[in-house]
Amino acid sequence: MSGPQDIHDYLAAFDDIPGTRVFTAKRARQGYHLNQFAMSLIKAENRERWKAGERAYLDEWPMSEDQRQAVLARDYNPLLDLGGNIYFMAKIFSTDGQSFLQAVSTMSGMSLEDYSAMMIAGGRSPEGQRSIRDKR
Amino acid sequence: MARITAGVASSHIPALGVASDLDKTAEPYWAPAFAGYEWTKRWEEEQKPDVVILVYNDHATAFDMKIIPTFAIGCAEEYQPADEGWGPRPVPVVKGHPDLAWHIAQSCILDEFDLTIINEMEVDHGLTVPLTMMFGKPAAWPCRVIPVAVNVVTYPPPSGNRCWALGEAIARAVASFPEDLNVQIWGTGGMSHQLQGERAGLINREWDNHFLDRLEGSTQELRHIPHIEYLRETGSEGIEMVMWLVMRGALGATTRTLHRHYHVPASNTAVGHIVLEPVGE
Repeated sequence: MSGPQDIHDYLAAFDDIPGTRVFTAKRARQGYHLNQFAMSLIKAENRERWKAGERAYLDEWPMSEDQRQAVLARDYNPLLDLGGNIYFMAKIFSTDGQSFLQAVSTMSGMSLEDYSAMMIAGGRSPEGQRSIRDKR
Repeated sequence: MARITAGVASSHIPALGVASDLDKTAEPYWAPAFAGYEWTKRWEEEQKPDVVILVYNDHATAFDMKIIPTFAIGCAEEYQPADEGWGPRPVPVVKGHPDLAWHIAQSCILDEFDLTIINEMEVDHGLTVPLTMMFGKPAAWPCRVIPVAVNVVTYPPPSGNRCWALGEAIARAVASFPEDLNVQIWGTGGMSHQLQGERAGLINREWDNHFLDRLEGSTQELRHIPHIEYLRETGSEGIEMVMWLVMRGALGATTRTLHRHYHVPASNTAVGHIVLEPVGE
């Protein structure tokens, strides 16, 4: 890692990881207002306003309609596709009273019970999950 | 003169903080994760560090998308525990050490590490959970803390090599501080975990333990692990382990392991913890 590295090669490799959205500059730019909206929920008074009217609160932010709909649906994989970052999205599910375990399980395509059991059994194996191209 | 006497690494999983705050640490799910810190709690009581340089990452708390510093150092008198969306943790205020922090900031900048200086911020679970794991639930934290925040959220984070070299620069800075201080450096975050997407829940016990093995001794193998390897092998959030390399770099050429702990799971994550001491050169 010492010395200059080609940024194009560096970024291209991320697309070869199964089931993963790396938070690159492209996503950070696309999701800027989505993430800043979520960040605003760090303040208790904003959480109260949000709970009182989600749609009206979202309309105060210059987000795309896709982003707004995915927030209202708490559909986290599409939110990541639309530029959301998990630590910012955490402000939304924390406001809902959800733990990281509960919210993350919804992205895995598994029930909370099955996901929790998988974690207690040692987590998801990296076998076959490292590279789409190399199937390893 | 100030001296770095030990290095500590630990996961900073928020659920560990919640388990402590709600007095659930004896429950069967949590007990094995916490048991591996009992040795360290006793050891810290004997060591009585004056200052802990605590390397961690902010999780959309002090830094939002407006400003993304790669390396930042806290130079404030104190830091309040942040409200991360579920109310602030009921833990003591974190007292800083502005004299040493400013000294490190100035020294590192002259040493070509252009740190961002923070004079006001709140601190999230990334910083307060390690304090809980090492010190339990005291009325006041038993030492001063210098937060060193590393961006591992927006890509690219700094390379492992750069983190290691920052540790070396911090060690040089500490060694030139005239006050007689017992300083520890902690690296936090990790180990393997993925909090997003269909691959969520990934854990790599073998890789994590290989990493722990190589923090000891004089090997510098870890500083050359590329980001893509962390991503493939340890999940998208396993990249936090680059912060352990700031700690390792600060310990000098050779280290010895005093204590080591590994447990799966806590929430979505593999708990890793190690206590190292520098071996005299």
